[in-house]
Amino acid sequence: MSDTTTPDTAPQSAVEVRFRGGGFAPSARRGVGVAVFVVLILLVEWGTRAGWISALTLPKPSDVAATFVELWQSGLLFKHLIPSLSRLAVGATLGASLGIGVGILIGLFSYVRAGLVPLVAALFPIPKIALLPLFVIWFGIDETSKYALIAFGTFTPTVVATYGAVDNVDRSLIRMGQSFGLSWLSIVRKIVLPGAMPGILSGLRISLAIAIILLVAAEMLGAEYGIGAYILEAGSLYDLERLFAGVLILSVLGVTLSVVIGLIEKRLLAWRG
Amino acid sequence: MDIRLDAISHSYGDTEVLRDISLDIPAGRIVCLVGPSGCGKSTLLRLIGGLERADAGRVLQLGTPPADSLNPLTYVFQDFALLPWRTVHGNISLVLEDHGIRGKAADAIISDVLARTKLTDFARALPRQLSGGMKQRVAIARALAVNPAVMLMDEPLSALDSQTRELLMDDLVALWMRQPFTSVYVTHNLAEAVRLGHKIVVLSRRPGQICEVVEIDKPLDQRGYADPELEQVQKHLWTLMRDEARAADAELLNV
Repeated sequence: MSDTTTPDTAPQSAVEVRFRGGGFAPSARRGVGVAVFVVLILLVEWGTRAGWISALTLPKPSDVAATFVELWQSGLLFKHLIPSLSRLAVGATLGASLGIGVGILIGLFSYVRAGLVPLVAALFPIPKIALLPLFVIWFGIDETSKYALIAFGTFTPTVVATYGAVDNVDRSLIRMGQSFGLSWLSIVRKIVLPGAMPGILSGLRISLAIAIILLVAAEMLGAEYGIGAYILEAGSLYDLERLFAGVLILSVLGVTLSVVIGLIEKRLLAWRG
Repeated sequence: MDIRLDAISHSYGDTEVLRDISLDIPAGRIVCLVGPSGCGKSTLLRLIGGLERADAGRVLQLGTPPADSLNPLTYVFQDFALLPWRTVHGNISLVLEDHGIRGKAADAIISDVLARTKLTDFARALPRQLSGGMKQRVAIARALAVNPAVMLMDEPLSALDSQTRELLMDDLVALWMRQPFTSVYVTHNLAEAVRLGHKIVVLSRRPGQICEVVEIDKPLDQRGYADPELEQVQKHLWTLMRDEARAADAELLNV
């Protein structure tokens, strides 16, 4: 590249270098998510009013909203919501904390890993709903069998996520802890657990979504009150407005849980920046 | 406290990495281990500090470490090994907590070592906010906090750019001049070895054996950047190592 071209003998065809480095970098776009919802709902509203969506296919969004308001005003909303939330809270807390505990043990002890990983792999693909009759026999028809179902369903994905997260903790940090003579407990508490936290929390996102699915399933199979029971009743009467009002509650519940985990992540994982 | 290596040999499976290494590490001196990549110098360092067990031979501590030494054999790692979720202060207090040093006593030690490594203003910073050179200074501060009898440094400057490396070498020399420490310093960088080493141990390629021990008598604070006398030594080291390094480079990795 040593040929000496003087500036006045400029190249005949100067083409600007084409930019090709963009994309593949997701960034926050405010309001787009809401806009998608609004457009979809407006489309359905228009369709049901104009008649190109039949009343048997989808309810009018405005009617669903009215049903929801009615549910709220009659006080029935909380009559259904509170038992559901308490089932979710008890079951998911039980399952997630057991799952995190067992996952950490699997991550730390070779014997526990050798013994339990195949068992967890065998339990994971079982559709937990199929076991509900069994749970009813084991734990009775009342709340306990529902807690057990939700706990069991959250347990397996939490275990898998947790021991994966423990496995992924930077070994050089553990070596460092050992080289400074830290006790085993200190290494687990101050290095392994915080290091596994990101993986545990992202596993929890999936586990809690599964918990909501199982909550509804459990309530459909035998509960007087609860969102699942409400949806089942609406479904058997083919009351689409109430069915969708119930589904709406579930969606809101899912979004709320996801936001809560997001907040926990923000607090616990602030160091990631 | 001196360290003596007595006929150390070590293998990973079928691969022999170290063969019959005997070496004395005298108190108050910096011993550099140099050698082609894969010659087992980092393995040797892990053996010295008890992070790995040698297949044959022994690592001996001669004499007792000073009473105020919390962790006589202390490492400084190439990748810094700082906990990303703890601040600079927290990373240093981590190694004190297990010795029951907390609160005021810990703060006194931490502010002392931070001052010695010129990090006083960064006590509350998180590792991700620091440059590579500062991260390694934090790791050095953490090592100083436990008052080591021997500092085991595993390529401490290899992850840094060359300017930062120069600066940190000056810092290490200043630290040593202030209070001479014993150190085993593993590096593949001969310039570092001649700047910091009182004794430079050249290892052959795998299986690592000592091929020569070079002593440099010039005081550390009189060794400068591009010192002709040191360049002479460095050239000598390189002639010792060149063929070994070339052969090591052409070997297949099967470890």
